[in-house]
Amino acid sequence: MKNDIKNVLIVGVGGQGVLLASEVLSETAMLVGLDIKKSEVHGMSQRGGVVTSHVKFGTKVYSPIIPYGQADIIVSFEQAEALRSIEWLKKNGLIATSRTRLVPPIASSGKFFYPDDPIAELKTKVSRVIALDADKIALELGNPRLVNILLLGVISGELGFDSTIWNDAIKKRVKPKFVDINLLAFAKGQELAKKSNTVSA
Amino acid sequence: MKNFLSGNEAVARGALEAGIKLAAAYPGTPSTEILENIADKFPSIYSQWSPNEKVAFEVGIGASLGGARTLVTMKHVGLNVAADPFMTFAYTGVGGGFVIVSADDPEMHSSQNEQDNRFYAKFAQIPFLEPSDSQESKDFVKLACEISEQFDTPVMLRMTTRISHSKGIVLEGEPIEPPAEGFKRDMNKYVMIPSNARKRHVVVAERLEKLQKYSEETELNFVEDNGSNIGIITGGIAYQYAKDNLPEVDYLKIGFGFPLPLNKIRKFVKSHKTTLIIEELEPYYEEQIKAAGINIDGKKYFSNLGELSPYKVALGLKEAGIIDQVTMAEFEPEQLFPRPPVLCPGCPHRAPFMALKKLKVPVTGDIGCYTLAVLPPLNIMDTCICMGASIGNAIGMEKVNPDENGTAAVIGDSTFLHSGITGLLDAVYNKSNITVVILDNRITAMTGGQHNPATGQTLMGEKTKEVNLIELCKALGVESVHEVDPYDYQATLDVLKTELKKPGPSVVITNKPCVLMPKRVMDKPYEVILDECNGCSACFRIGCPAISTSKELTKRNRPKAIIDPLLCTGCSVCAQICKPEAIVLVSEPAVVGK
Repeated sequence: MKNDIKNVLIVGVGGQGVLLASEVLSETAMLVGLDIKKSEVHGMSQRGGVVTSHVKFGTKVYSPIIPYGQADIIVSFEQAEALRSIEWLKKNGLIATSRTRLVPPIASSGKFFYPDDPIAELKTKVSRVIALDADKIALELGNPRLVNILLLGVISGELGFDSTIWNDAIKKRVKPKFVDINLLAFAKGQELAKKSNTVSA
Repeated sequence: MKNFLSGNEAVARGALEAGIKLAAAYPGTPSTEILENIADKFPSIYSQWSPNEKVAFEVGIGASLGGARTLVTMKHVGLNVAADPFMTFAYTGVGGGFVIVSADDPEMHSSQNEQDNRFYAKFAQIPFLEPSDSQESKDFVKLACEISEQFDTPVMLRMTTRISHSKGIVLEGEPIEPPAEGFKRDMNKYVMIPSNARKRHVVVAERLEKLQKYSEETELNFVEDNGSNIGIITGGIAYQYAKDNLPEVDYLKIGFGFPLPLNKIRKFVKSHKTTLIIEELEPYYEEQIKAAGINIDGKKYFSNLGELSPYKVALGLKEAGIIDQVTMAEFEPEQLFPRPPVLCPGCPHRAPFMALKKLKVPVTGDIGCYTLAVLPPLNIMDTCICMGASIGNAIGMEKVNPDENGTAAVIGDSTFLHSGITGLLDAVYNKSNITVVILDNRITAMTGGQHNPATGQTLMGEKTKEVNLIELCKALGVESVHEVDPYDYQATLDVLKTELKKPGPSVVITNKPCVLMPKRVMDKPYEVILDECNGCSACFRIGCPAISTSKELTKRNRPKAIIDPLLCTGCSVCAQICKPEAIVLVSEPAVVGK
């Protein structure tokens, strides 16, 4: 029973839309009829801290937290945060990350340093990495805030849910006036994933 | 109907279904969303923010005695503030069903301690219910109301951050309409003069015996028999972590946590070869189980520090010899820079802290966004204990250790109104030489922007009287009260310098709203003229997330500054302290050809 559970970790920095992405993913799993739990800690996230959302679904889910080494997929909206999160990744798990670079004030203090190329480092450790200039693509689609749904499109093939169900979930969870552009971003993500040979589905 | 709800949303839904008539609270992570959801989704329930938890609790008592089912919610440390009415309300008993939500914060995600409030229920000799997921969070509100009315006692619903903020599928029920009983005058029961209180204490003891029997019989404490010779006694979120690791052993799940079903526990332990207790934080079950002469272990394997997790539970189970292997991380964690929360770009609290840092005075602090000033690079806060403590702390410190530059206490508007007023009264009464800086942004910002008596709006969205802080401070007897624009760094520095040196108490109130709420402040951004930037790093040291190091270096290899135009709110504080005047409004054309 334990084995049919899928674990997806979504990470980013306050304000990047981590929570909306995890809502859309949860809604999709719910429409499919699965049990779901989702966990994140609020409070400090609005002040530039790391935001991490754990989403788990399957026949029966107990704990809302993904244990280390057991995330099937990690979706990251910031490249250094992708690197920070690998402790959760399963062997052969997939990381899809934006190349977004958000350097916090503390890394300008001289005490800490933001790595030069977090994605290169990531690739030395993890075999299945998709890194995208998601900011740029989102901007081309018409809104910088589309990074989250774009990346959901990228990983959607891994989960095997029907595209129409994803679309229904987006319609349900995204504000009406942004639905169309988010559907577009999702489809763009799916298209980009097909071009990448890292995704198995 | 099925819905995907957080524990807090589920409690709000439970309040509707239980026929709660009044809900009162002071915001506090992780409890805040309960009242927000009630106000937002179920306006048939009267809901209100009170200035603090004690008042919220007392308002709740009034409503319960008035015959209505009542909910009060608070974070764990909020119950310390409300402990006075809490302890005595346990004696009087209720009118309409009365539920106190205590939302504890193991791991201190957003708190100053991680006290385990299950002990509060035992301390007051009242029952508590503890849900393990969102479904139970909803269902237990109604059950708690029924237990409250059946046994004439307030009932605690004990949540934790992980239950409050995790989401799960909830099957919703139909709201009920409990009969309105009205207030029944009963002075012997409700007027706790010593002669009455002595009699009520007897009632509390008798009630406890009845609750003990109930605890043994209720399905809230159930055995999950999977035919195993291993038994786990657990409750709350720990139940889920245990099930993740051991889906097929036997469980005694505790949903009704005080008084404990000790006979049921004894029987469960006897019928298993090995029994373990898995509980988060303190050995609350374990102490009572051991005191009853049942010798089983818990804290020997599972730490009382911080949150448990599936991983920590697995480690404990391995140590106890229940499992052979723990799944470890496949990939080594990366040692990266931290990403601590910081004051927002354009936060009106920034310049007052820059000024205090410059003045090199002791700064007693308080609870709110501004506590972030303790972190680098500002590093200017010397104490943070509890709501309102800054003022008392400064008074004591100044009495024994007067600083020639003065002593400052820093407190926000919501915290001042919560429990700073009495501190300021003390400063006046006892002739203290402190300066109280009230960072007045007109909102309770740290918890996500709730209204308070300084906002001018109620939780249910009605316009109301805004407290006038200047007049309030003057009425308390403070003679020197000044208002200052916190975006004017020099003016802020000047007024603080003068006031700190003055004998007697003084108050400096900043007068700009939060940059995020009620509406986001976004003026024209500033930029750095790289040719003018000398890499002095002064702007890095004010801790603004919009400012970072650019790839451009000065001749002495120091990084020049760069401002992110999407984050900059145009507050101008960095430009005011930039000596080479390299920071200018983006629209200023002077850059070209200079």
